[in-house]
Parts: sequence; structure tokens; C-alpha cells
Amino acid sequence: MFDLQNKNSVRQKRINRIIAIVFPILVILFWQYASTTGLVKASLVPAPLTIARTFLTNVQSGKLWTNLSVSFVRVACGYLIGAALGVLVGFLMGLFKPFNSALSGIVSVLRPIPTIALVPIVILLAGIGFVSKVVIIAFGSFWPVLLNTIHGIQSVDNKLLEVAYTYRINKIKTTFKIIVPSSIPAILTGLRLGMSSAWMSVVAAEMIASSTGIGYLITLSRETANARVMYMCVLVIGVIGLIIDKGLTRLERYYLKKTRGMVDEK
Amino acid sequence: MAETKNILDIRDLHKEFYIKDQKKEVLCGVDLTVAEGEIVAIVGASGCGKSTLLKLITTLESITSGEILLDGEPVRGPSPKCSMIFQEARLFPWLTVRQNIEFVIPDSVPKAEKQKMVEYYIELVGLTEFINAVPNQLSGGMQQRVSIARALATRPQLLLLDEPFGALDAFTRMNMQQEILRIWEQDNTTMVIVTHDIDEAIYLSNRVVVMGKNPGVVRKIVPVDLPFPRDRTDSSFLEIRGKIMKEFLNT
Repeated sequence: MFDLQNKNSVRQKRINRIIAIVFPILVILFWQYASTTGLVKASLVPAPLTIARTFLTNVQSGKLWTNLSVSFVRVACGYLIGAALGVLVGFLMGLFKPFNSALSGIVSVLRPIPTIALVPIVILLAGIGFVSKVVIIAFGSFWPVLLNTIHGIQSVDNKLLEVAYTYRINKIKTTFKIIVPSSIPAILTGLRLGMSSAWMSVVAAEMIASSTGIGYLITLSRETANARVMYMCVLVIGVIGLIIDKGLTRLERYYLKKTRGMVDEK
Repeated sequence: MAETKNILDIRDLHKEFYIKDQKKEVLCGVDLTVAEGEIVAIVGASGCGKSTLLKLITTLESITSGEILLDGEPVRGPSPKCSMIFQEARLFPWLTVRQNIEFVIPDSVPKAEKQKMVEYYIELVGLTEFINAVPNQLSGGMQQRVSIARALATRPQLLLLDEPFGALDAFTRMNMQQEILRIWEQDNTTMVIVTHDIDEAIYLSNRVVVMGKNPGVVRKIVPVDLPFPRDRTDSSFLEIRGKIMKEFLNT
């Protein structure tokens, strides 16, 4: 609950940090206990230690890395396309009113579509090869980049535009030297969220006639009722997603600190 | 007496705003002239239209009726003859101090000269050491100095200052006031400074324009014939202060 006095106290912070570490450990311990004592069926919910062992064997056999690397390549390609398009269309929509009018209706219909719902259509149009997987990932990463780019451009500080006006800075210079640089923090946020989103789309993408990839491993383990591998893959996806997000957040902060001497206060 | 040129000549200026179809008269028949080399301070309660007046001179707002002559010519758009300093420094956070100043110098100026101008004005405001710093690495007072250097770098004949030190602490503010006078002595730029600080107005200006509100009018113009630098505790300083205060209390 909100408490103004204790909000920033060192003691409260320390307690919160301890809770943040202890609680997940308790959850894992309980899970281990429940799974080994038969409180839940171990064939459906394998114990954490079993999953860890599965992880190690898959790392040692190289099976995990083989599949992950394939997924990484797909995500990288899809992300590059999705992000590039997101920035491009975002600039066009943010800077030019007619573009915005033309596209905002289409955007608001397409945006809420879950990536997975697109799979059948993409198969129909692009087949079942590499391209269709890249298209799915690109679609997933496109939206956060697009929306943040538009937002960044539209939220340029009016006070800076007034400065440009009083100093008679022309439209082109105002656009490229004020509006575009102003939108960079928001675009970076979009690029980070887009990356997370691209990674989250990998499973949907690899549902399409795959024989490799981390998403394929999940599909395969479902078909072979191999719960251990299934859980392992899901957790690996989660952890990699976390690493990507934290890494990009750091990169973003570092860049802004380096170029503008600031840290994002949010 | 030699004829001094009027840099700014405001004649019967009116400004109305419409807020939800309701007419609000912000300025009602303002007349004011500012001679070359003069510092004029405008004081008034908030809402008297003193900041609006500056916005009209820079055409950030459009006039309802009346005339503003800058160096004898009516203003029709942002003029290279005048620069504005806002309450916030309004620097571009992604540019260094040098780049921020370079930014407003027209591209027609040759590169070498541009560089010289930038260095001259940065030195004038005492920030040579920080020429390659970005705004976020500077204190509020230093940022405002950069914004002053930027305003001067376009070589304006008239400098408008809209509560330029309002966001600074008392010590920094006094420091900046001295700085302004030093710059004025060196560059002799004509200035119009809007403030709500009566001491600041008397300390800096040749004339203090007292504005009244609802609607905004020039109520009184008080000349300050004291030698620089002025002593805020001097009896003649306090006498002028008393005169201006009386104007305020008479409402």
C-alpha cells in the first residue's frame, strides 16, 4: 500500500529487495515439493530440478543451441524488417498529416490482431518456408516500433519549436534537426519493445512447418508428450526475452547518457 | 541632445483572446518606445499581458490591432533584428553548447566566421570551458547563459527577455543580473526585460514600465536615473522601489 513516509526509506527498500529474492525461491521450492511428492502429476508438471537436468543434457548435446541459433536468425531477419518498416512508416505518419489520415484507420484495425491469428493467412500467401516465418516476426515487431515512433514525433516539445520559429529556422532543418532528434528516445523504446515482441512471435512463426527452432521444439514436445522439454523451452524463451529486454534497456540508457547526459527518468 | 533612434515603437496595441467564445482583452492600447542602447524593464502582476507583449513582438502571437515597429519597420514575422530569451533555457538537449549556438546562426555565414562568433559569445557568458558539454551536464544558471549566448549570436538589435531568471535561485539570479549588465556594457544591446521582480527591474533598467491588468495597460513609466552598478540598499534605489510598489498597491 502507498505510504509516503516509508516510500524511499533504506529499510523499506532493503526489505523489498529481500522479498523480491525470497518469494521466487519459495515458489520454486514449493513447486519442487509438489512435483516430487505427487501433489501434482510429475508427467504434467515436472519438478524444477528435472527441468534443470533436461536443460543441461540439451545444452551438452548441442540440441538446444542448434535450435536456438536457427530461431535467432529468423528473429533477427524479421526484426530488422519489422523495425525498419516501423520507423519508416512512423516517420511518414508522424510528419505528414495526409499519410496519417490515410493509414490510421488501417493501423487501428490491424494492430489488435494477435500474431498467431495471422499464421494461416501468411501460409496462404507466402508458403511454409523461411519467408513466412520472417513475415510473422516482422509483423510482431512492427507495431511497437511504429507506435512509439509516431508518439515520439508528435510529442516534440512545443517550446523548442517556438525557439526554432523565433530564430527563423526553416521547415526542413526544424524537421530533421529538431523533431527527429526529439523523437529518438521514444524510437529507442519502440525498438526495444519491438525486439521483445519479435522474440515473443518466434513460437507462432515456428508453428509453420518447421523442423528446427525453439518454437518447433515446443510443438514437437507437445506432440511427443515430453513435458520436460516443453517446460524447458518455455523457460528458456522467457529468460532470453528477459536478457534481451534488460540488455536493450541498458544500451538505451547508455546511449542517452552518452549523447545527452541524461537518464530516462521513467 | 542628440537624436536617439527608436529600436522598438509600439502604438496603440490591442490583443484579444477568445476562451470558449468569451472575449478576453489582454492588452488594451499599449504605447511604448524603446531607444537604442536602452534597457527597459516591464513589471506587472501575472496576467497583465507582459509576456504576451513579447510574444507579439516576436510574432509568436498575432496582434488584434495596433502596430509594432522594429527599427522603423512593422513586424510581419520573426525578425532577425530581435532575439528572445525565455524563462527556461530551451536548449536542444542532443546538441553541445557549441552546436546549440551554431544552430541559430544562418547557414549563409561562412564556417570559420561562425566558429569565431560562437567562441566569442561563449566567452562573453563565461562558459568557454563547457563548450563541448551537453545542456544536461550544466546547472540551470549555466544553461540560461548558453541561451543568452545563443540569442546574442544572431547579432540582434533588440533582446527580449521573458522572466529570464524566474526559475533560478536567488543567488544565481543576482549573479545573472550582473552578467546581463556586463554584457550590456560590452555589446550595448538594447533589451526589454519582463519580470515580476521589482528589484530586478530597478537594478537592470533605464526605465521601468509598470503594467496594470484587466485589461493590460501601461500604467506608469518610472525612469531610473541611477549610475551602474546599483546598490539595492541605496536610499534613491529604495525610493524608486517605493514609487513602483505604490502603483501596485493602488489597485
